[in-house]
Amino acid sequence: MADFNPKITKEARERLKAYYGLDKPLHIQYFIWAKKVLTLDFGRSFAPDQRPVIEKIMERIPITLTINLFSLALIFFTAIPIGIYCARNRGSVGDKFFTVFVFIGYAIPSFWLALMLIALFGVKLGWLPVSGIKSVVGYESMGTIEKFLDISKHLLLPVLVSAFGGLAGLARYMRSSLLEVLNQEYILAARAKGLPEKSVIYKHALRNALLPVITILGLSVPGLIGGSVIFESIFSIPGMGQLFYYSVMARDYPVIMGIVVIGAVLTLLGNLLADIAYAIADPRIRVE
Amino acid sequence: MSFWGRFFQNRLALTGGLIILILFGSSILAPLLSPYKPDEVNLQEVLSPPSKDHPLGTDELGRDVLARILWGGRVSMLVGFVAVGISTLIGILLGALAGYYGKWVDSLIMRFVDIMLCFPTFFLILAVIAFLEANIWNIMAIIGLTSWMGVARLVRAEFLSLKEREFVLAAKSIGASSFRIIFYHILPNALGPIFVSAILGIGNAILVESALSFLGIGIQPPSPSWGNMLTSGKDYLEVAWWLSLFPGVAILFTVLGFNLLGEGLKDALNPRLTDRSA
Repeated sequence: MADFNPKITKEARERLKAYYGLDKPLHIQYFIWAKKVLTLDFGRSFAPDQRPVIEKIMERIPITLTINLFSLALIFFTAIPIGIYCARNRGSVGDKFFTVFVFIGYAIPSFWLALMLIALFGVKLGWLPVSGIKSVVGYESMGTIEKFLDISKHLLLPVLVSAFGGLAGLARYMRSSLLEVLNQEYILAARAKGLPEKSVIYKHALRNALLPVITILGLSVPGLIGGSVIFESIFSIPGMGQLFYYSVMARDYPVIMGIVVIGAVLTLLGNLLADIAYAIADPRIRVE
Repeated sequence: MSFWGRFFQNRLALTGGLIILILFGSSILAPLLSPYKPDEVNLQEVLSPPSKDHPLGTDELGRDVLARILWGGRVSMLVGFVAVGISTLIGILLGALAGYYGKWVDSLIMRFVDIMLCFPTFFLILAVIAFLEANIWNIMAIIGLTSWMGVARLVRAEFLSLKEREFVLAAKSIGASSFRIIFYHILPNALGPIFVSAILGIGNAILVESALSFLGIGIQPPSPSWGNMLTSGKDYLEVAWWLSLFPGVAILFTVLGFNLLGEGLKDALNPRLTDRSA
């Protein structure tokens, strides 16, 4: 950072480097950093505020997690019915429509989708706010219900954008998983003994078909967290993704390293939750 | 039915192939297709809407949007192919070693894969860019170096089952070297799925590049890229819709093309799958 100031003296530059620990070789710097991380000390930000990294991240995590949890819920509760519908009406117009939808969902750049939604709902129709998580003017004077509505309106587009790609993928997965289960012999047996179609699907097939879907949902966590950088900077949401983006632009290495570590922790947490959900759905793998 | 027979019956795959052919053609013929240069500034025609002279309009510096999309296509294709080339090579090498040798080699490589997979890829890419300069070569290398894990797992799984087959035993018994068995006997039999995952990977690499360029840490202006065109499109969302619409459509169709082709090839290569998931 001292490189940008042509007037700095050599001594001052060395002093700055030593102050930030940048005078040591890279691998030594890394070990110093890793040793501190073990005690949850991520160092201090290089930004002018010089606050501890962990503090800067922690105050921004709740909003990122909230949006991601809403996205996960939205993915789960829309993708599964769509998948079931497509598997039951294979080859129908609806199934074909959703197949196209899935391919577009995979291919659409989320930041472009965000731009288009902003252009449509924010600029053209003026229905929804397009930046921040609450109104800048008048938020304090609102009642509780109004506040809730205000925040919901601000979060609607970000949640929709971050869920879109994952939703398409999971619907596709649910469809093929259910089709596979419906080919099994015990489904034939259930039908042969005259069970109504509803209980064949929802009681016998669904539970088994859900197992791989749970795994995929767990695996989609790193994608959602990574994507938060994009939609948080587009919608100006003060979350961890936006902090990461600013830090990359400002070369604020302690914050960058800290967020990467936290991102990995969140990913592992997602995997753990998926494993637990798997055990709840499938009694066979529970350990005594 | 033969592979090509199944491929030509698959309408999705054909559509994908056609999109990619058009894209290739227009990238190669970019200088012929548009009379304008991508960096030709014309301050007389700033932000003019689509017209006969400029079919897709002009941007804030009067540059022709169509020309910039055509030239940006070259950048995207280059990034896509080189990045996937890197990731596929690494994936094949590590996957083959892990699958063929097993034991501690396998554990070592697969634990490394697990470690790489526990970071959100986009975080990893951004973190590396923060330490390096954002230019096209670094971008291609970084995308390649952070997306080989899927290929490695795939190749390992193929090797695990192929190495038990009789032709491998036959090759061993006539004294073929491990190198020969891995690269001349087993690998050719695993190329199908590797090829499919590479095609799907290109679409993904193009998406990542466009997102990075959009955030201003990918391909740097004035070089045109679909992502950085959208960055300026964002600032003129209210007055110039064509700036943010067309580059996005270009990305969408390109990625769609590669995905359709990849999925189609997957079905065509594996006849057992077609009756289930088509």
